[in-house]
Amino acid sequence: MDANTFTRFFSLQDPNVRFVLAGMVLLGIASSTIGTFAFLRKRSLTGDAVAHSVLPGVCLAFLIFQTRNLWVLLGGAFVTGWLSILFVDLITSKSRIKPDAAIGIALSFFFAIGIVLLTYIQQTGLPGQSGLNNFLLGKAAAMAPEDIRTMSLVSIVIVGTVAVFFQPFRLLSFDPDFAKATGMPVRFYETLLTTLTVLAVAAGIQAVGVVLMAAMLITPPAAARFWTNKLGVMILLSVLFGVAGGILGAYVSFANNKMPTGPWVVTMTSLLVVASILFAPGKGVFSRWWKKRQYRNKVQRENLLKALYHLEEATPGKQWFGLPEIMEKRPDLSDALAGQLRQLQRNGMIEQSQNKYAVTPEGMTEGKRIVRIHRLWEMYLTEKMNIASDHVHEDAEAIEHIITPELEERLAALLDYPEKDPHNKEIPW
Amino acid sequence: MVMSDAFWIILTGSLVAATSGLLGCFLVLRKMALVGDAISHAVLPGIAIAFLISGSRSSVPMLLGAAAFGLFCTVLIEVFSKRARVQEDAAIGISFTWLFAIGVILITFFADKVDLDQECVLYGEIAFVGFETWLGIPVAVWTLGVLLIFILAMIGLGYKGLFITTFDPEYATTLGISVAGWHYLLMSSVSVTTVFTFESVGAILVVAFLIIPAATAYLLTHKLKTMLLLATLIGITSSILGYYLALWLNASISGSMVVVLGVLFIVALAVSRGKRMQISAFS
Repeated sequence: MDANTFTRFFSLQDPNVRFVLAGMVLLGIASSTIGTFAFLRKRSLTGDAVAHSVLPGVCLAFLIFQTRNLWVLLGGAFVTGWLSILFVDLITSKSRIKPDAAIGIALSFFFAIGIVLLTYIQQTGLPGQSGLNNFLLGKAAAMAPEDIRTMSLVSIVIVGTVAVFFQPFRLLSFDPDFAKATGMPVRFYETLLTTLTVLAVAAGIQAVGVVLMAAMLITPPAAARFWTNKLGVMILLSVLFGVAGGILGAYVSFANNKMPTGPWVVTMTSLLVVASILFAPGKGVFSRWWKKRQYRNKVQRENLLKALYHLEEATPGKQWFGLPEIMEKRPDLSDALAGQLRQLQRNGMIEQSQNKYAVTPEGMTEGKRIVRIHRLWEMYLTEKMNIASDHVHEDAEAIEHIITPELEERLAALLDYPEKDPHNKEIPW
Repeated sequence: MVMSDAFWIILTGSLVAATSGLLGCFLVLRKMALVGDAISHAVLPGIAIAFLISGSRSSVPMLLGAAAFGLFCTVLIEVFSKRARVQEDAAIGISFTWLFAIGVILITFFADKVDLDQECVLYGEIAFVGFETWLGIPVAVWTLGVLLIFILAMIGLGYKGLFITTFDPEYATTLGISVAGWHYLLMSSVSVTTVFTFESVGAILVVAFLIIPAATAYLLTHKLKTMLLLATLIGITSSILGYYLALWLNASISGSMVVVLGVLFIVALAVSRGKRMQISAFS
């Protein structure tokens, strides 16, 4: 992979590169857009069933019309793709077989019919059959201008339909029961979505093949889901990931012509999923780990201030406490003690002098606040919820780090600003 | 006595169908049909690497190593869905397509070293089963026969554990039976089976042998033992009828066997429907 390969690829002077790239980009747009809805409706694997089921359609269309005209083959693919979905519906509605098994039955049965037809065609010696097995594992390099035109049209139809019916599709994806209750023609929109899925699969199948077509529908939306909660943004990101995977995959197979395009596209898109899983803000693994850590640190610091408050409360007049005393009060914090004490010192909550620690006025206010919430909550549980006073401590330990000043104010008002908690300890105001 | 090709092909098909059908019953009952689907695709890179290292098609230790990829796929699905919180259907879809893609990449990149072609990956080479023999019996029949004995032994000896963890995992836990242990034993068996049946029926059609006989039997009975027996019989029937269908059409043998399976399933669907309607008419 040298700079020369890079420029030759991205200068787009090689017409073959142009076709492959255009094909993968168009497929990325079409399948990622419609795949987002399949993903949100938890129907991702239906796409897999459709992908396997277009094979008999392609073969039948070829046998009946004896032509390799793309539109004819696409028509056949479309018909059997749809039939497989009806077959899955039939099995699940008429028997006790679960949807997952029904999908498995449909995809392997239809695929087997396709294999039988394909091998049957191969021994008939009919002319023009040579490209048919491209539908199995896909062959992006074999893409012709006619294929690109077809895929452009399919992409336009899919994106256009999604743009026009964006609102009903959104409602259907997030709350189908509500959609039905509003009197929306749910059945119509479901059929429309399924039709678009079948269309995308039929158009993409000869580029990536029956098995990997499922990945074109599933993987980009799964990556996009990690970055956003908004449907519009999710579709855009999904398309972005799908197209990026397509370009990267096409590049790898261009740089090394032994490498197949489709599998590399899938591998690249899968790597984008892994990257999203790890690094996406909010839902990503690292982000969640960081947030958890931040929260744990905050809880530990608050517990430390609380401990210092308790120590002062127990020994009036004494302000400076050594590590052993603190540790005895909160044995659970002993591992994190040094680090958190340093952090509190940096925040100006405590001060240190010869291995002894004392709270500053700010630290005192904060410690008081935590103890106050703790004791108010204990009061609330015993007074309003009728829970025995020896059962309320654990609960208060957790909630004291969560309650906001607004909630605290309401809690205090509700309890009429009590002076003592259920254990007869003073509530500091 | 020299057996004909037809006999060996039908026997191989029956062994594939019986072994997969038995395991498939547990997959269907555990609602894990698609995990079976995923495993069968995911062993492809393992098979490619096994061929690359050993340079032969029938090195048993290598193939057992290949089966580890099937297990790896179930772990990957679990990591995606539990740790990364990807919804389960998408987690399955991402995992197996990715592993399958890597398998195809390995096979095409090392095409001169890995003697596997597209056709073999997609629908196997059961027609050539008689080419490689040992003591006058095809190697595939030997390996699949041993595999079937292993699976039968596992089901026979572990019937109780499989039964309880399938139907009532919570009760199994209270009895101290390891639900995860049986789960992974079953998944390992499925992986090993898909690897050993790979040469005969390919990576995709084995899904049919795993799911369709079991689902057909599931329509016809409520008893696990009957279901296991029926699934085996259905598999063997499809192997015999499928062979002659293929002969008549001059088409893929493994594909034809699956087409017969599909037809048998549809018949069972109609029959069980009819029976249920009769019952409801009387009540």
